[in-house]
Amino acid sequence: MMVLLKQRWDALLESAWLVPLLLVIGFGLAFAIPEYHLLSVYIQLILMYIGINIILATSLNLVNGYMGEFSLAHAGFMAVGAYTSVLLTMKVFPVADFPFLFPCAVLIGGLVAALLGMIVAIPSFKVRGDYLAIITLAFLMIVKSMIENIDAIGGPRGMSGIMKLTTLPWVFFWATTLLWMIRNFIYSKYGRGVLAIREDEIASDLMSVNTQQVKFFAFMLSSFCAGIAGALFAHLLQFISPRIFDITKSTDILIMVYLGGIASIGGSILGATIFTVLLEILRPSTMAALLSWLPPFIFTPLNDYVISHLGIWRMVIMPLILILVMLYWPRGIMGLREFRGFIPRRDKQVHPHNFLHEATNNDNSDRQ
Amino acid sequence: MTILIANKVGHQFGGLCAVNDFNLKLHYGDLMGVIGPNGAGKTTLFNLITGVYKASEGSILFKGIEIVGKKPNQIAALRIGRTFQNIRLFRDLSVLDNVRIAHHSQTSYNVLEGLLHCGRYAREEQRIIDNSLRLLAIFNLSHLANETAKNLPYGLQRRLEIARALAISPELLLLDEPAAGMNPFEIDELMGLIQSIRKEFQLTILLIEHQMKLVMGICERIHVLDFGETLAVGSPEMIQNNPKVMEAYLGAIPS
Repeated sequence: MMVLLKQRWDALLESAWLVPLLLVIGFGLAFAIPEYHLLSVYIQLILMYIGINIILATSLNLVNGYMGEFSLAHAGFMAVGAYTSVLLTMKVFPVADFPFLFPCAVLIGGLVAALLGMIVAIPSFKVRGDYLAIITLAFLMIVKSMIENIDAIGGPRGMSGIMKLTTLPWVFFWATTLLWMIRNFIYSKYGRGVLAIREDEIASDLMSVNTQQVKFFAFMLSSFCAGIAGALFAHLLQFISPRIFDITKSTDILIMVYLGGIASIGGSILGATIFTVLLEILRPSTMAALLSWLPPFIFTPLNDYVISHLGIWRMVIMPLILILVMLYWPRGIMGLREFRGFIPRRDKQVHPHNFLHEATNNDNSDRQ
Repeated sequence: MTILIANKVGHQFGGLCAVNDFNLKLHYGDLMGVIGPNGAGKTTLFNLITGVYKASEGSILFKGIEIVGKKPNQIAALRIGRTFQNIRLFRDLSVLDNVRIAHHSQTSYNVLEGLLHCGRYAREEQRIIDNSLRLLAIFNLSHLANETAKNLPYGLQRRLEIARALAISPELLLLDEPAAGMNPFEIDELMGLIQSIRKEFQLTILLIEHQMKLVMGICERIHVLDFGETLAVGSPEMIQNNPKVMEAYLGAIPS
């Protein structure tokens, strides 16, 4: 009986229509939830943040996981996308009359971020590892201080009064489209080039991989997605300031990537979801609401000492999670593995294992 | 018909002269060996031809095209394949992916087709897979296609490296010590393999080797380097009887 169930389950996971079906259901739900108030506004908000974070984590994974570089510039690309799109929807496009201009503004935000991604790609031709990390950090600081010093876009005060244009269907649409594109990129000659660069850049160059071009495209795609996520984020929060897009934002995305596992789209989805939910649960008000079923003689002292101080403690807990993950679980949840549904049919046939590139436990490197 | 002409090629690392006044003419279908003591500049020569280093002097013409100053991937795309002295596989990737990656320059779809998986993508990807599996079959690696490259035993890693180099469908193949670390039996096998791929892929082969059995056994001409200088060029018999070569390898012969 169990064997039969297992077979059925495997067959279900194998079937070609599983992912399209889930997409249709997801899209239907994304429309239905806000329309019929199936979930509270708060939960809807969290769902949208999860979607945005999934875009951010997956796109950063392209550079930090698949390519093995260490980029800290992601918040900078977000900022560029956010500011560009906000300027468009507030000052240029009459979005109130023509709502379809919102996706155009988001798209342009992404494209401008991609242009800047191109600029960051250029130093990556020459330097790798720690040095590139410092360059991306410098880029982030330049973006931040530039925004702070342009008074027309609010300077350090930021911009407020942004229309709330980001809705659940839009987040779902952008997240699935961008994830699909990143997945397609990875399972193409460019994606294999990205993996080869991580393994051995000189050898991949000698095996005819145009490393500069591959890096160019990878950085552009990554920053394009970050720009779009920033645009969606701005029109959800309805307020942006340079402080939002500083190094802590980049660190948050890094935590999602490494928690979920490097070089895995499925891992980034899990990492972003867990991180976002955890961050919400660790809010004092949420925690209090979650634990309010406890009898008062337990709840009241707990609330007085622990829950009310959670606001400070969660800034300790999140980095602590990162440290523990890195120490005891360096691959993360899905490191170097992938959900089978995400792998194109052709690659699944030639690689019948459940891996993008098999993660083996017995590292036989001493055979060399 | 010449495929590769090196003319007065020289290269220095700082003050150290690694290769000096190197001249070479390779005809289509040649199988030539480069020998010399350690530090003679053999691997540097390969690095100059494949563009890892830019030759400081001289010119290298491949099929009539000047390749000094071109990037390694451009030279590889002109169909020069190579292997490495220390195996440089993509260790964490599968055996199949190692071979698939080397198809990069011959894959004709652009980045948009790659992003959307449309247009030429499907046809090209299928062609890459078919060709990769064909290459793995030639090297008896088919059953290991899904294995991680680093888990392969040493001899098979060497084979995989040659298979990967053939995936760029080279006209000139540079083999950097293909028999290093192999036992006599494996060397015999390798000699047969080199002969057979040479015929099947119509290759011109330039190989560096210390194993005299292999060099004398299959090379038609041998080029001897010592401290960056050319000592002698000629057939295996000529080289074996050349007093200068014997001196370089065995030390001065007492008279």
